[in-house]
Amino acid sequence: MAYEEIINGLNLKDTELRLGLPGTEEEEQQQLQEVSCVRSNKRQFHETTDEHNLKEESSPPAKTQIVGWPPVRSNRKNNNKNVSYMKVSMDGAPYLRKIDLKMYKNYSELLKALENMFKFTIGEYSEREGYKGSGFVPTYEDKDGDWMLVGDVPWDMFSSSCQKLRIMKRSEAPPAS
Amino acid sequence: ALAAREKKKEEEEEMNYFPDEVIEHVFDFVTSHKDRNAISLVCKSWFKIERYSRQRVFIGNCYAVNPVRLLRRFPCLKSLTLKGKPHFADFNLVPHEWGGFVQPWIEALARSRVGLEELRLKRMVVTDESLELLSRSFSSFKSLVLVSCEGFTTDGLASIAANCRHLRDLDLQENEIDDHRGQWLSCFPDTCTTLVTLNFACLEGETNLVALERLVARSPNLKSLKLNRAVPLDALARLMACAPQIVDLGVGSYENDPDSESYLKLEAAIKKCTSLRSLSGFLEAAPHCLSAFHPICHNLTSLNLSYAAEINGSHLIKLIQHCKKLQRLWILDSIGDKGLVVVASTCKELQELRVFPSDLLGVGNTAVTEEGLVAISAGCPKLHSILYFCQQMTNAALITVAKNCPNFVRFRLCILEPNKPDHLTSQPLDEGFGAIVQACKNLRRLSLSGLLTDQIFLYIGMFATELEMLSIAFAGDTDKGMLYVLNGCKKMRKLEIRDSPFGDTALLADVNKYETMRSLWMSSCEVTLGGCKRLAQKAPWLNVEIIDENDNNRMEQNGHEESQKVDKLYLYRTVVGTRTDAPPFVSIL
Repeated sequence: MAYEEIINGLNLKDTELRLGLPGTEEEEQQQLQEVSCVRSNKRQFHETTDEHNLKEESSPPAKTQIVGWPPVRSNRKNNNKNVSYMKVSMDGAPYLRKIDLKMYKNYSELLKALENMFKFTIGEYSEREGYKGSGFVPTYEDKDGDWMLVGDVPWDMFSSSCQKLRIMKRSEAPPAS
Repeated sequence: ALAAREKKKEEEEEMNYFPDEVIEHVFDFVTSHKDRNAISLVCKSWFKIERYSRQRVFIGNCYAVNPVRLLRRFPCLKSLTLKGKPHFADFNLVPHEWGGFVQPWIEALARSRVGLEELRLKRMVVTDESLELLSRSFSSFKSLVLVSCEGFTTDGLASIAANCRHLRDLDLQENEIDDHRGQWLSCFPDTCTTLVTLNFACLEGETNLVALERLVARSPNLKSLKLNRAVPLDALARLMACAPQIVDLGVGSYENDPDSESYLKLEAAIKKCTSLRSLSGFLEAAPHCLSAFHPICHNLTSLNLSYAAEINGSHLIKLIQHCKKLQRLWILDSIGDKGLVVVASTCKELQELRVFPSDLLGVGNTAVTEEGLVAISAGCPKLHSILYFCQQMTNAALITVAKNCPNFVRFRLCILEPNKPDHLTSQPLDEGFGAIVQACKNLRRLSLSGLLTDQIFLYIGMFATELEMLSIAFAGDTDKGMLYVLNGCKKMRKLEIRDSPFGDTALLADVNKYETMRSLWMSSCEVTLGGCKRLAQKAPWLNVEIIDENDNNRMEQNGHEESQKVDKLYLYRTVVGTRTDAPPFVSIL
């Protein structure tokens, strides 16, 4: 069952920042973190059953991407080993966000998602100098309570030990050691 | 004028056959908030007696009143319950910074020197500063219960531990607490021996086991102990050995392969806990350790295994088969329909059941279906509260459930796929839910799901006379649906709606209705900014809040304001006007 994102008459897909090449909509459905505004499409169900069945086959279960659905508290969601929610904050942004780390396979996917979410650009990463070319530095808190630079350790190690993320202003970040 | 006053005095005296002290003593037996509110309305003198004798105050919406008015009316209060964010905040629909700050309340209570003994908060923002102030301001403070709160760290808990000399209850339920892995447990002084409840299951970090054991050992009145996942099996055995009087236990983590010595110690400790009635936790649990608890299962009245993701259906069933006295069961759907049949035949005293989803990605495990629900309804005659997550449902099943269980007070059914119809007939589930509301004359809370038209709302308006809280998602066809509910449900207090096609017509039809309700939530519906503005104009005693996260000031920039759909609307009655602590993305009209 697919849901169309139509907010205030504008089809936001036209102007949406995408994670992949244009035309690769199915992939995007999977990578889309959350659909913030979902209209009930009951009329579609009644009137276009065949079309509906086709839609069901081609697009993956969008139900997992609806904000706040199913109505289960996030601490329950985290008990399921298939998801791993963590808080993401950005210096200067008015509110926290949450992401499911299990939705990303590598740093590049994660960083692109963060750029999308907070509407900024992360610089280029190098092992020696950290992130260059932007005013922001992505950091995370690991299991031991230490704040680390995102990208310093292999992805698997990062994804299993990351507790929360913070996108720091470059001015606040300690110099690369 | 004198004659009129004399007559009035006579009338008042007739109302009071007894002196005030006697009336006050009678009022002491009246404890429910509703009843106390009612008696305060009888006459002026009863209002006065009641307000000075009221010790427990419940405020369901912290923005409906303010601390000044609270203290003015109830200067002798000892216990305060406050609720902040709306219910849908539990599902991330309300931004963290929306509001619900407890700080101004604690400041005001501290300034007024009221003898606060108990504070219960739900969905509020609590800071370490608030906890520190709380711990220093009330010498008789005994009981802190925080449910679904956030904004504080273990440093705040350290203040409570260190400064509250007569602390009886520290009960932290499902809060988001920043765990600084500090030593808050060791901040309880050696002289603290009064603990009755200690629940820190929601803490994520390490626990000082030595401090914990010492604390439990010196708390002879400890009845409820709920540990977090950092408390391993051998520590659990030692704790239970120190506290055989325990009534309510939340187990932390089990190792995967405990050595036989640890396991034997645990078994021995459990056998001594003959008062144990309630079991929960098992946050990381090795299934075969459950059998250590079998000897005390026949005493259990409450069992919460809803966080035990690693225990499969067959182990759950083995445990439950021993629990013949169970009144409350919270479980994951991994128990399956087969497991629910076992519950139905074993737990004849069951009153409340919650079945949570274990597979949230919906990759096709039909863990529980309508069959499990029907089995429970047939086997458990005392069932009155249910929360049931499932993959599919039918009208026939719901009709059977309604016939079997006309005593439901709370009925919450969540079919995981929105808009899903009866899977056998492809019909909407109007008739099934309709049967529930018609049969269950005491129904106070209802949550709907699945494919539903305006018809279900017609039934709800007609039959659900006692309904106080209704949750609607992806349901209905037209404004008529919402109107049926607003017109029919005279006792409605909280209405929360998401992703349903209700708009301005329904919203504005009866503005005075909202004065009889605590709050209304509508998100991703058809209400417009213009409609909300008109409502706010007609009803100045309402706070009409528009939450717009996407763009802070988008609503002012756009030319086509009035017809713009509102993403999230939250309105509530209040006697203190617009709140001053709203963040920029909340507009109060």
